Amino acid sequence: MARAAVPGRLSWRVGRLAEARQETPTARTLVLDVPGWPGHLPGQHVDVRLTAEDGYSAQRSYSLAAPAEGGRVELTVQSVPEGEVSAYLTGVYSTGDPVELRGPVGGWFVWRPAGTQPVLLVAGGSGIVPLMAMIRSRRAAGSRVPFRLIYSVRTPGDVYYADELRRRARDDAGLDVTFVYTRAVPEGWPHPPRRIGVTVVNTNGWPPALTPDCYVCGPTGFVETVADILVALGHDPRRVRTERFGPTGG
Amino acid sequence: MGIVTPGFRGRPRPSGPELPPGQYLTEDFPVLSAGPTPRVPMDRWEFVITTETSREHRWSWTDLMALPSDTPTVDIHCVTKWSKLGTTWQGVSLDTLMSDVDTAADYALVHSYGGYTTNLPLSDLLDGRAWVAYRFDGDDLHPEHGGPARLLVPHLYFWKSAKWVRGIQLRFDDEPGFWESAGYHDYGDPWREQRYQGD
Ligand SMILES: Cc1cc2nc3c(=O)[nH]c(=O)nc-3n(C[C@H](O)[C@H](O)[C@H](O)COP(=O)(O)OP(=O)(O)OC[C@H]3O[C@@H](n4cnc5c(N)ncnc54)[C@H](O)[C@@H]3O)c2cc1C
Repeated sequence: MARAAVPGRLSWRVGRLAEARQETPTARTLVLDVPGWPGHLPGQHVDVRLTAEDGYSAQRSYSLAAPAEGGRVELTVQSVPEGEVSAYLTGVYSTGDPVELRGPVGGWFVWRPAGTQPVLLVAGGSGIVPLMAMIRSRRAAGSRVPFRLIYSVRTPGDVYYADELRRRARDDAGLDVTFVYTRAVPEGWPHPPRRIGVTVVNTNGWPPALTPDCYVCGPTGFVETVADILVALGHDPRRVRTERFGPTGG
Repeated sequence: MGIVTPGFRGRPRPSGPELPPGQYLTEDFPVLSAGPTPRVPMDRWEFVITTETSREHRWSWTDLMALPSDTPTVDIHCVTKWSKLGTTWQGVSLDTLMSDVDTAADYALVHSYGGYTTNLPLSDLLDGRAWVAYRFDGDDLHPEHGGPARLLVPHLYFWKSAKWVRGIQLRFDDEPGFWESAGYHDYGDPWREQRYQGD
């Protein structure tokens, strides 16, 4: 059934893998060349569609990890056990291969570089991906809005973008980064492993009186916990934006 | 058919019930919400239908519980691609709630505790196709899934089944709700894959 293209219609485009980087043993960043990519805001995602020889296809959503550079977009995919799409994208998908994608999708979980409110980012596991896009866009736009990131991971080896985060925490003025380790901590870390809780959010976030914009992303249970904490601490629920990636995990 | 992705086979697919295009089956019950989960005290809970002439029809929690309920078993389809089959709910049919409501409106704008809204044609709420549901799978509906009560309109993508529902405003025009204003489809039929505006 043909349908006239209407303005703003999200059509499927073909992207090809230009480059890939291993972020952790189980997470891979994909740099895709997508001719005609219209650009996007940090926080938005794409739908990716894989099609098998027999015509079977599977779609999943992946956040855009960085500001677009022309027709180049970046995704970071965590391989989940028994994952139909993530196993393919992290294991099999090779340079030059095509995938279909459409987007950008989502107009709520976005940070606009013209924003003036302080920002609190809270990530659990792969939930860092859209928040990293915000951190990168802030720098690219020369924004001076103060950002705080609280990033919960299982172990030090599970940190995505580890070198870049270390460098940015040092060089990007007004960006603070706090790690929470839930299973194993680095040598000499002042706390044993712990889950994110009121204390961490209260100490490393912003006071509600500053009316920060809060972005929380990760597995559903993590997002529920953190969003509840923020509301309990007195943050306006309308300033707490959430993105829930999936049922389980760190 | 889309272009073939080299080396992608997908998981073995035992022949099963057909799913809407682009959907996959899950046994979990994932959550899609834009913000924190609102907690609504039962003694202050109410559900209000407001007509195009601003007439209000109100139900307290006790009123709602006193109405006859259905236990529909339905398939649900989320725009984030998961589908869940054969879910069983308990709730009050919109036909029951609308039985004394006098209206000529064509559209409904659904409001939730927490500020969420979603729009749909009024006719999609009628004829045994929509409920205000308060139990899922034999249990009270958990807050993260929309408890104490959510709208259930299973023939449309699940974002239309507004969680923490507090009321329905009947209108002559189709006013876009929360996700609809952010680029999602005004109608949202999963079988026609109406995910985004223009689909
Ligand atoms: C808006 C949005 C943005 C997203 N952005 C990203 C992103 O940037 N990076 C990323 O890696 N993922 C992201 N996801 C999750 C992604 O869409 C897939 O759900 C994920 O890759 C699993 O798909 P799969 O086909 O590999 O697993 P499936 O075959 O669908 O599931 C296999 C098993 O893994 C479980 N599972 C499914 N999803 C997850 C999960 N997220 N964590 C743990 N277990 C899971 C399932 O319950 C099932 O048991 C995003 C999801 C949404 C809704």
